[in-house]
Amino acid sequence: MKKLSKLYNFLVFAFLYAPIVVMIVYSFNGIKSRSVFSGFSFQWYQELFNDEVIMNSLYVSLLLAVLAAIISTVIGTLAAVGINAMGGIKKKAMLAVNNIPMVNPEIVTAVSMMILFVFVISKFNSMEMGFGTLLISHVTFCIPYVTLEVLPKIRGMDANIYNAALDLGCPPAKAFLKVVLPQIKPGIVTGMIMAFTLSLDDFIISYFNSGSAVQTLSVTIYSMTKKPYSPKINALSTLLFATILILLIIINVRQSRGDAKKKGAKR
Amino acid sequence: MNKLSSRTRQALTAPFSVWMAIFVLVPIGLVVYYALTDATGGFTLSNLASIWEYRSTYLVSIELALVATVICLIMAYPLAYSISRMKAHSQSTMVLLVMLPMWMNFLIRTYAWMTILEDTGLINTFIKSVLSLVGYEFEGFSMINTNGAIVLGMVYNFLPYMILPIYTVLTKIDHSIIEAARDLGANGFHIFTKVLLPQSIPGIISGITMVFVPAVSTFVISKLLGGGMTYLIGDVIENYFLGNTGEVNYNVGAALSLVLMILILISSGIMNHFDKDVEPDGGAKK
Repeated sequence: MKKLSKLYNFLVFAFLYAPIVVMIVYSFNGIKSRSVFSGFSFQWYQELFNDEVIMNSLYVSLLLAVLAAIISTVIGTLAAVGINAMGGIKKKAMLAVNNIPMVNPEIVTAVSMMILFVFVISKFNSMEMGFGTLLISHVTFCIPYVTLEVLPKIRGMDANIYNAALDLGCPPAKAFLKVVLPQIKPGIVTGMIMAFTLSLDDFIISYFNSGSAVQTLSVTIYSMTKKPYSPKINALSTLLFATILILLIIINVRQSRGDAKKKGAKR
Repeated sequence: MNKLSSRTRQALTAPFSVWMAIFVLVPIGLVVYYALTDATGGFTLSNLASIWEYRSTYLVSIELALVATVICLIMAYPLAYSISRMKAHSQSTMVLLVMLPMWMNFLIRTYAWMTILEDTGLINTFIKSVLSLVGYEFEGFSMINTNGAIVLGMVYNFLPYMILPIYTVLTKIDHSIIEAARDLGANGFHIFTKVLLPQSIPGIISGITMVFVPAVSTFVISKLLGGGMTYLIGDVIENYFLGNTGEVNYNVGAALSLVLMILILISSGIMNHFDKDVEPDGGAKK
């Protein structure tokens, strides 16, 4: 039974990782083929870095993800603090609105915002689809995740500490910065990281809201999948995968170190 | 914290309320408005009526998404269970391994399957070369551009969304309950149906929602792996808004989106109801 379950786990993981392995291997292919491997080369990596469209969209994606993460974290965190203090119907209504972008199919969120943008543009003729609309749409779908990440942290906080600070004459804003913020920081950081990765990974919302002038990396990848096969995609994917892997390893090492420290402190 | 004055509360939530009102509520209102009007802005029901033409598209989308969801559930449960029974340290490693592919862009993951499934792709090339060793000419399977390939793409992309919530509820189940059941003479089947399954319903339900919703509304997987042979409802909506292969018509597109949204709302309502029926206290809270 043990062996059987090990074999089963292995098969599922093989299924999950097979395409990734194939991609990594073929990114080093010497020839432009999807099935035959011939000779090891870095030529696709070279072409990748010389591809202006890809490099440009990578820059757009990174800038977009950073800005969307910051803006949605500020709005979402403030909202979480406010919502936590609310009660009854108001709180329920806020949470319901917060849930809409998470429950709705992404394509519906995407086209609904596209309709808004096109509507406004046709009425006022003052802006066009581009980085601005992209940023707005990304902030919109990131906010709910931040709110839901921060909310439980505030709920789990001891409210008496904040009240004690007020009783001791601390102004509310200062009490928030000095007392509340440090306690909910882990939630804020997780929310921000989530917002960043969600934005970076998004395709559907960007596809409908980017217009023709600006492209995110996923939109560029999508247009590459429609063109004749190029191993550049594989090279790009391999680099992205390696980056994620390294980041995750760093986070994990830091976490386990932190755990070790905590254990040491307890002793 | 609960003593915040109502003015402070409002000030804190103001950016959120304004933002969500303009960019979530108004757009949904516009979807409804566009769905119920024609190009000139006059009220009409013809957009909603034209949805009848797409009934088979809705059905195919729902069918493929359901098949993918069921396969995900069957594949995910045993894995989630065996992870939940491992040592704490291996558990976190395994969870990381499940999540890692999700961190990769979803287009790239789908694209990789094109490489594998193509007529001249890896699987066919491999089988052909093995068979040619024994002197047999083989034409190759046609795997890409089929509904099977679309389901495979859905299962592959959304499987982690099924594994993780099920794993989470399974870790919360007190193992001594299982031992108690075993001591009292329950066999493996009974332990599964009477102890494990009822306690894991909340995880299964959130897994089903997290797989079904993106699967039923996808247009990328059907384009890349279905080769445009099968039209899903996402493809139709995309076409009406971006007009890649047909006319742009926001009104019909909005009507289609509205119906899709209502469909999802109804099904998640049913799922939540089911959740409450089985486990009034929200399941395995231990």
